[in-house]
Amino acid sequence: MKKFGVGALAFAAALGIAAGSAAADDLKIGMMLTLSGPAASLGKHVQDGFMLGLKEADGKFGGVATEVIVADDELKPDVAVSKARELAESDKVQIVVGTVFSNVMMAVAKPLSDAGVVVISPNAGPAPLAGQGCSATYFNTAWQNDNNHEVMGQYAESKGFKKVILMAPNYQAGKDSMAGFKRYYKGEVADEIFTQLGQLDFSAELARIAAAKPDAVFTFMPGGMGVNLVKQYSQAGLTGTIPFLSAFTVDETTLPATKDDAVGMFAGSQWAPNLDNAANKAFVEAFRAAYGYEPSLYASQGYDTAKLIDAAVKASGGKLDKDSLVKALETASFDSTRGSFKFNTNHFPIQDFYLVKAVKNDAGAYVTEAVEKVFTDHGDAYAEQCKM
Amino acid sequence: MSLMLMAVQSLNGLQLGILLFLIAAGLTLVFGVMDFINLAHGVQYMAGAYFAVTAWLLTGNFMIAVILALAASLAFGLLLQWLVFRHLMGRDHLDQVLATFGVILTLNEAARMIWGPSPLSLPIPEALSGSIVLMPGLLYPVYRIGIIAAGLAVALLLWLLIARTRVGMLVRAGATHAPIVAALGINIDRLFAMVFGFGAMLAGFAGMMAAPILAVEPSMGDNLLILAFVVIVIGGIGSVRGAFLAALIIGFVDTMGRSFATDLMKLFLSPSAANDVGPALASMLIYILMAVVLFFRPAGLFPARGT
Repeated sequence: MKKFGVGALAFAAALGIAAGSAAADDLKIGMMLTLSGPAASLGKHVQDGFMLGLKEADGKFGGVATEVIVADDELKPDVAVSKARELAESDKVQIVVGTVFSNVMMAVAKPLSDAGVVVISPNAGPAPLAGQGCSATYFNTAWQNDNNHEVMGQYAESKGFKKVILMAPNYQAGKDSMAGFKRYYKGEVADEIFTQLGQLDFSAELARIAAAKPDAVFTFMPGGMGVNLVKQYSQAGLTGTIPFLSAFTVDETTLPATKDDAVGMFAGSQWAPNLDNAANKAFVEAFRAAYGYEPSLYASQGYDTAKLIDAAVKASGGKLDKDSLVKALETASFDSTRGSFKFNTNHFPIQDFYLVKAVKNDAGAYVTEAVEKVFTDHGDAYAEQCKM
Repeated sequence: MSLMLMAVQSLNGLQLGILLFLIAAGLTLVFGVMDFINLAHGVQYMAGAYFAVTAWLLTGNFMIAVILALAASLAFGLLLQWLVFRHLMGRDHLDQVLATFGVILTLNEAARMIWGPSPLSLPIPEALSGSIVLMPGLLYPVYRIGIIAAGLAVALLLWLLIARTRVGMLVRAGATHAPIVAALGINIDRLFAMVFGFGAMLAGFAGMMAAPILAVEPSMGDNLLILAFVVIVIGGIGSVRGAFLAALIIGFVDTMGRSFATDLMKLFLSPSAANDVGPALASMLIYILMAVVLFFRPAGLFPARGT
């Protein structure tokens, strides 16, 4: 036992020296994403988008040789914490890009920030980290979680819908979704339907909706649940009569499964493949060519994260200590696929949001398309509470 | 809460029940006949759906895809039986649970590696693509009627097979008196392998039938597996008749709970409290039902004869 202890110490010391010498000039980035299990497709989109950005920088962000260490958090907060420690302590990464899910983020944000690692979230944007729990070393390149629900609420309000039914799974994110929608929608909420997490068949809920005849339905139904709902909503013939407003339900990760059933459905998003700017056109084309499938908002977030780091390292002149990185990230300017992008006081984006619609494009692929700008330079509701 | 809505929800309950029966039938057969807890039944369901999607991509014809996928499901079930399950026969239930749980993890990740993490879909066949008007503004896809018909056909076929054929007789005898059946010169291992393959085929068939209305994705069988176990526990383990009736009861109870629990709670509670309690109650309803059944009838509502 004692012998083992000494050996382990020596080994750790050797590792420390090796990692320390590498860290002096190279950039090491840990990527912590959900890459296995049912929700793996979001992580894959983020990863592919990010890697495309790195490839376009010739593997060198800001001209500094960059090593990316990919870790799968398995959507388990405890697994994520131990892998985060490993990234911070034995791999000595300067930046962690992650995570996909907010519950994982809440578990790793504190340990990583204590270890002096800069965290850039390409997806998860939980309210506590945007408000009172904000941190100088935490950045988010996607959105605050409520944003895309707010977009749909604002759209429903501006369309003059008088009676809307809300539907979401019965867990915290589902309740947050409805709260985000209602922050901007002031009309009548005819019914709030909470479904089971992982629900397969929605016939009962669809019959309730058809009987209530609302002006629109708003739903947040991520992953396979959303695919089931979209197919069944369309098969029940409701798409044409009751507008389907959604967030994180209809996008390029689920469209390959829902295809025609989703066409004509709406979602709120900060990105769509048809956003008219040069960076986006180049991104969509390069992504298709590299991976052979349609990029989603998640892919664009991964790509923008890579572009942000590239610009920040360039601006800091290759200085990779925590303070230089944070300062450079705050002000870095890069050509976002979204057009306008800047950080708010809480390190969350200020950006435009759109109403997007699922369509079949000329090439026969199913994609989203921005049809209307709903918010311009929109931040989030929690930034005021952030004292950095 | 109109009478019309009530009628529509009853139909929805029936259809959910039939879908559950399709999945539970194979599980109860294998569990009841061979005393084997097969947690991997859910991944066999998933495999059936993936086989159908793949066969459909190759042939473009729904019927041919289903036939090919049935054959593939059968072969896949026999392969699993040969590779893993035959070594677990007669072992402790805990060993079987552990080993088949390992099979779930392995095959779910294998499906992700082969077909990718994004959900796939199988289109509704042309012949069943229409729909009928159920109530103003609500259509009912003909395909769902097809699912009900398929479920009833499977129920009838299973009853005929088990109650009216020589193989069925051997299976029933083998379930209770395996050594004696073996002593009479019947190859009991082959008989059990057959039952297992058939069970896998039923699971696969359920996956194929569900594929056009549900997402085909890795782990799609995991949630259903729990429901299927609830069905066979309430129905009486090993009883196909019990599984059929229990599936219908569960489908009905679950649908009614989801439709009316919140409205019902609003009669007693404030709207916001009802919105909290209603959905929670609706999702617990079938488990409460299971607890009640287990308390009064520990062997299930319709225990298999002879056990």
